[in-house]
Amino acid sequence: MSGIFEYNGGSIVGMKGKNCIAVACDRRFGQQMSTITTNYQKVFKIQDNILLALSGLNTDIHTFYALMEKEINLYNLKENRKMKPTTFANLVASALYERRFGPFFVTPIVAGLENGKPILATYDSIGCKSDLDDFQVGGTGGNYIYGACEAFFKPDMSPEELEEVIGQSLVSGCDRDALSGWGGVVYVLTEQKITVKILKTKQT
Amino acid sequence: MQYLDNYLQSKGGYDYTNVKRNELMKAQGFKEMGFTKTGTTIVGVIFDGGVVMAADTRATAGSIVADKNCEKLHTLAPNIWAAGAGTAADLHHQCAHFNAKLKLQRLNLNRQSRVNEVITKLTTKLFPYRGHIGVALIIGGIDCNGPQLASVSPHGNYVYHPFQSMGSGSLAALGILEAKYQDGLTKQQAIDLAIEAIEAGIFHDMGSGSNVDVVAITKDGVDYKRNIRSYNAKSHQKQIPYDFPINNTPALRKYQFDIEKQELSEIGQEMEIIE
Repeated sequence: MSGIFEYNGGSIVGMKGKNCIAVACDRRFGQQMSTITTNYQKVFKIQDNILLALSGLNTDIHTFYALMEKEINLYNLKENRKMKPTTFANLVASALYERRFGPFFVTPIVAGLENGKPILATYDSIGCKSDLDDFQVGGTGGNYIYGACEAFFKPDMSPEELEEVIGQSLVSGCDRDALSGWGGVVYVLTEQKITVKILKTKQT
Repeated sequence: MQYLDNYLQSKGGYDYTNVKRNELMKAQGFKEMGFTKTGTTIVGVIFDGGVVMAADTRATAGSIVADKNCEKLHTLAPNIWAAGAGTAADLHHQCAHFNAKLKLQRLNLNRQSRVNEVITKLTTKLFPYRGHIGVALIIGGIDCNGPQLASVSPHGNYVYHPFQSMGSGSLAALGILEAKYQDGLTKQQAIDLAIEAIEAGIFHDMGSGSNVDVVAITKDGVDYKRNIRSYNAKSHQKQIPYDFPINNTPALRKYQFDIEKQELSEIGQEMEIIE
């Protein structure tokens, strides 16, 4: 058997733009070499200005998302206000580190907009937050998407251009990974709206 | 229902609810993914009147560079800094935890934090975990006992020495330090020596790279220079950047969620939608 992170497969990528931010994911849900469904959701809306993308073991994606939804709902009820994206990014790191010796097998990407400024953070499975780069990747196809991102990425892109670039990076990367692909979804977050684009790729 | 009880009982500290499941998976033959480690070269040098600490900025996940410019110099107190090697998540969270703990202590006692307090607290925390918390730290600071520099290993061992290096590049750095260290250096000499030691680590160790961060701690304050040297700048720029035409990637469907109106609508008449 291969690694735990390779059991279900899947890739995610996040990219910063000018006053906007985008995340994209593939749609495959598999069990090792079999594909179970091709419409699996891996990006979740935590708040109007925060998206959480998760890759790794699908059962832990579900559990971790449920845990984060619980946290943000309790926060909204207790504090009677929205959570800032930087606060949520730290919350994800702490929630992962709490399970340091029995970790969730997920590698999350948090994407948000705080006062127009894009916030992007990625983590390893125990909560090491990395938020300095302009793009982040996760999942089995992550390393291939890294290559495409390094080539295609430009700083300060508009939302429309960002949507193209992140879509192309995701698809190029997933084409080289057997465990990712079967469609792609691109989410672009701006101050006014969230656009969701379901890409046509090979075998969709 | 027991899972709900476990969540409700969570009183802080580590949560071990997933351990049994993970052990079972490992017994079935699954391999875990490696954690982000900071391959790292970190050094500390004592000079006349203070301490200099320096670190590289590369974080690795296996053989991939996970972060090209991560910060390895952490503040523990206004007069005490830590440079960390080992598992990146452990370093970040333990340093944040001790920072908060020391601040609370300063507020309670109204006294400056001391380096030997930090060492004692760290080692008494790390020893019971038998090295599983993977932090290898160099702690440097200046307090009422003068400038002090110590290194702490993940198992809870500590050593005081006028110059230290840790991490995968420590041997390369130690060569420079052993050859060139003298007692009674000036601040600038110590900074130059620390940078040279990190450079040795960056060039000779695959786990270290990118840039050099330096911090100099004296009685007058802290001088933090982020990315004082940069070796990994992109050597070429794309002559003709890729310019993707807008709305070119074919889509099956396209939706838009308007945040102010809180409405979801389907859009995309202006582009080719494939049924």
